[in-house]
Amino acid sequence: MHQDHEIHVRRRGRNFGLLAVLLGFIVVIFGLTVVKVTSGGFSEAFDHVARPALVPDASLNEVPATSAPEVSQ
Amino acid sequence: MTDLSLHIATSDGPAEEAGLRDYWQLLKPRLMSLSVFTALVGLLVAPGGVHPFLGATSILWIAVGAGASAALNMWFDADIDRVMKRTRNRPIPSGRVAPSDALAFGLFLTVLSVTMLGLTANWVAAGWLFFTIFFYAVIYSMWLKRTTSWNTVIGGLAGAFPPLIGYAAVTGTTPVEAWLMVGLIFMWTPPHFWALALFVKLDYHAARIPMLTVTHGRDETRRQAWLWSLGLVAVSLVTAFTAIGGPLTLAVALVLNAVWLQRAWAMYRRTDAEAEADKHLAERRLFKWSLIYLFAHFAVFVAEAALPFGGW
Repeated sequence: MHQDHEIHVRRRGRNFGLLAVLLGFIVVIFGLTVVKVTSGGFSEAFDHVARPALVPDASLNEVPATSAPEVSQ
Repeated sequence: MTDLSLHIATSDGPAEEAGLRDYWQLLKPRLMSLSVFTALVGLLVAPGGVHPFLGATSILWIAVGAGASAALNMWFDADIDRVMKRTRNRPIPSGRVAPSDALAFGLFLTVLSVTMLGLTANWVAAGWLFFTIFFYAVIYSMWLKRTTSWNTVIGGLAGAFPPLIGYAAVTGTTPVEAWLMVGLIFMWTPPHFWALALFVKLDYHAARIPMLTVTHGRDETRRQAWLWSLGLVAVSLVTAFTAIGGPLTLAVALVLNAVWLQRAWAMYRRTDAEAEADKHLAERRLFKWSLIYLFAHFAVFVAEAALPFGGW
């Protein structure tokens, strides 16, 4: 018959408490991931271009179509 | 503590096993609740708003950070706690938690709370959280608490930072409004604590902690409490005219400060003999009012931000 080691019996309450804390931590991390991903504020998947967050006013950087330099032959 | 050491301890006679409650006690939950409340106010009054989940978790990490500094404080102050009656039964002096375990616990929670707040909110808030933990655990606990009678003032500064961290968690900045909330708690702490020290027999002298009541006497403590009260009133009234204040804050602050000044004056203008005669009635009245004062003052900041007619 299986018998728990004395230390497991003695620490049962503490171990279950730690389990609850770790499960809570997982829930928090999962929640943070969902919120960050859906709000788009955490990671910006841009490569080889200026990150929009670093551009003071993105509209200022837009080149109007009429002012595009003409290529002379 | 290893399992081996536990076996040795139990074979010699049952050493009391540390339970979750002991680790919870290491976090000084009562102090933590004040940090949570004021950090929450800082977060709610900050302009811009934040996602509710991010706000709630930011408060959680600030609370964990406050707990971490408390655990480090208990680790370092175990020798003092052993001497004083009020603290003799804390987890470390009672032998339930090994000092090294408390130190590891405090350091782990420091890294966890600062990192997680940085990832959850921003690194400005995380930086201030780290500074607060460092200030309380190292500057206050390890250095100034045992060397100067201004320890109450210095310790109070560490407890004053949570609203600034809450504010920074939303905006990433620390403007004058955030600093005024720090100033309010900073000015509030000394008279609040000295009123308590005048009517409760704290055995700090047994632990050789230089408290103002011992080093400068009880009359000087009354005078200092009155002077700091004047500073508190000034900071309180200034907050009413900033972005976190408004007419409602001004009205509430006038009432709160009028009663505070009346009670602080009553405590200042009397002798110890008079205090003994009525069982420290004036000191108790100021202490009780100080609890209402801080709660009401911070609550009115939230009301000002939440109500449609709030603000100037």
